Amino acid sequence: MPPDRAPGPKLRAEQLFADYGGAPVVKDLTAEIPAGEITAIVGANASGKSTLLRALARLLRPSKGAVYLDGADICGLPTRSVAARLGLLSQSPRAPDGVLVEDLVRRGRYPHQRLFGQWSKTDGQAVERALNLTGLAELRGRAVDELSGGQRQRAWIAMALAQDAPMMLLDEPTTFLDIAHQVEMLDLLARLNRTENRTVVMVLHDLNQACRYASHIIALAGGRIEAAGRPSEVVTAELIERVFGLRVSVISCPVTGTPLCIPYRHNY
Amino acid sequence: MTRTAGLCTASAAGILALAVVGLIVGDFPVPAREAIATAVWDRGSEFDFVINSLRFPRVVVAVLAGICLAVSGALFQALIDNPLVSPDIIGIDTGAAAFAVAVLAVGLDTRWLPYAAFAGAVGTAGLIFVLSWRRGFSGGRLVLVGIGVNALLTAVITYLLVRFPIERVSAAARWQAGTLSSSSWGDARTLAIGLAVLVPAAFLLIRRLRVMQLGDDMATALGVGLEPSRLAVITVGCGLAAAAVGVVGPLGFVALLVPHVARALAGALSGGVLLLTALLGAVMLLSADLVAQRLFAPTVLPAGVVTAAMGGPYLLFVLRRFNRAA
Repeated sequence: MPPDRAPGPKLRAEQLFADYGGAPVVKDLTAEIPAGEITAIVGANASGKSTLLRALARLLRPSKGAVYLDGADICGLPTRSVAARLGLLSQSPRAPDGVLVEDLVRRGRYPHQRLFGQWSKTDGQAVERALNLTGLAELRGRAVDELSGGQRQRAWIAMALAQDAPMMLLDEPTTFLDIAHQVEMLDLLARLNRTENRTVVMVLHDLNQACRYASHIIALAGGRIEAAGRPSEVVTAELIERVFGLRVSVISCPVTGTPLCIPYRHNY
Repeated sequence: MTRTAGLCTASAAGILALAVVGLIVGDFPVPAREAIATAVWDRGSEFDFVINSLRFPRVVVAVLAGICLAVSGALFQALIDNPLVSPDIIGIDTGAAAFAVAVLAVGLDTRWLPYAAFAGAVGTAGLIFVLSWRRGFSGGRLVLVGIGVNALLTAVITYLLVRFPIERVSAAARWQAGTLSSSSWGDARTLAIGLAVLVPAAFLLIRRLRVMQLGDDMATALGVGLEPSRLAVITVGCGLAAAAVGVVGPLGFVALLVPHVARALAGALSGGVLLLTALLGAVMLLSADLVAQRLFAPTVLPAGVVTAAMGGPYLLFVLRRFNRAA
């Protein structure tokens, strides 16, 4: 059973600036990730979504400001101790040639192993649990590059699960998946959040999926936060116009009751 | 895992069998029983000189150098995530050779060879590392820089061969093809010391390499410090290549080929697969040296000619598959 991780780690960005050696992509951004919830980062292309996620995951060192994990600057913490609290699924990761599903998932145990340490019982249990939660127990002996897109994405989620971090960051986990696999993926994340109390932070392209699955939305435009809060409170036609430059009508989703954005037609 | 264990056992048996053949065959054949007896316990045997001064050290050097080269290749291929990379292709071997040829050319004694080669290999690795560093480090850039450095050093060697007296550099030319023909117990000791330090280090790095293979982002997320880890892998990989090159010369294709074969037989990188790689490296070099000695006997080829003859076609085969996949 999952260990008791009641409050969850606290992750916040404070007056964060980040860039890739040129103009700042994220500008003076202050945000707090609510523990135990699902946060979706949304915004137009090049609005700084992935950059913010990369900074939160300490993959990108801020040029100014900082990201704090449980009160400490994340860039000053030993990388292993961050890895024990914070898992990541990057955009379209690549599996080594011929690697088997179980072997990939086992590699997620790295932060829990010591230099001379043996593979422990805890390691084995974590791998089994990750395979079962993602429905991959039957496919454990298959090569990752032979799997379908949806199965492959599940294998990576399983690897991140085996890492056993109470918080998971995901960069567009539904890219390259058809709609059925997208829903399957997001349902899986929702279940992990509900049953294991894992904090989930993800960049999502689809606004309606973000509204449906996230309890907290961070909407970015031009590297700054336009709005942050519960989808039902912050997602309005006016916000979408500001963030995406698109006129929409916001209705209540007939299935979940969350906000649903229906774009108007452009007049050509 | 059982499959890998079985393959390792078979390879170890293969090494023993080839080693015995290596003791038996030659211009002066020694019966199998006497050969083994002389090598293991019977110091007073009439074959003592042939076995214990010529053939046995040569067999041991082939095993140890094969292990060094294959493990080095496996480390580089995992680090750079490119199956066409090995220390000989990115210039490590050529760097070692350039230093070694320089030592012979200026007339220093051949016993300085291993040290010169080692210094050359480490120096070249450092040069490639510095030249390919730009706000971090990319495998692709390292390969390109390495190929450039390789070409440059080849020119240096050619210059040395042309510039210095033929009787000095002819020894260098022969050494350059990669040969085990003058292997001594001193060579075996040099290799054994390098191996005792570097091979355990390689095994300790495996866990981290397995994570680094998932890409920089995932490796960081899983808690691997990228730059120190890369430095460690490159240091160990170069050290292994340098130890081997210093003793047997820049023997090509073992480092490139053997990790491929091990992966094809036993799957993605793990401690077990690395062990298999090491054992297969010994098998390849032992058999290459036997073929080199006996194929056109009494004319003896440098073992490097045979490994190239084995490796060249395989490389083409891999390239073909690689192109189709891309």
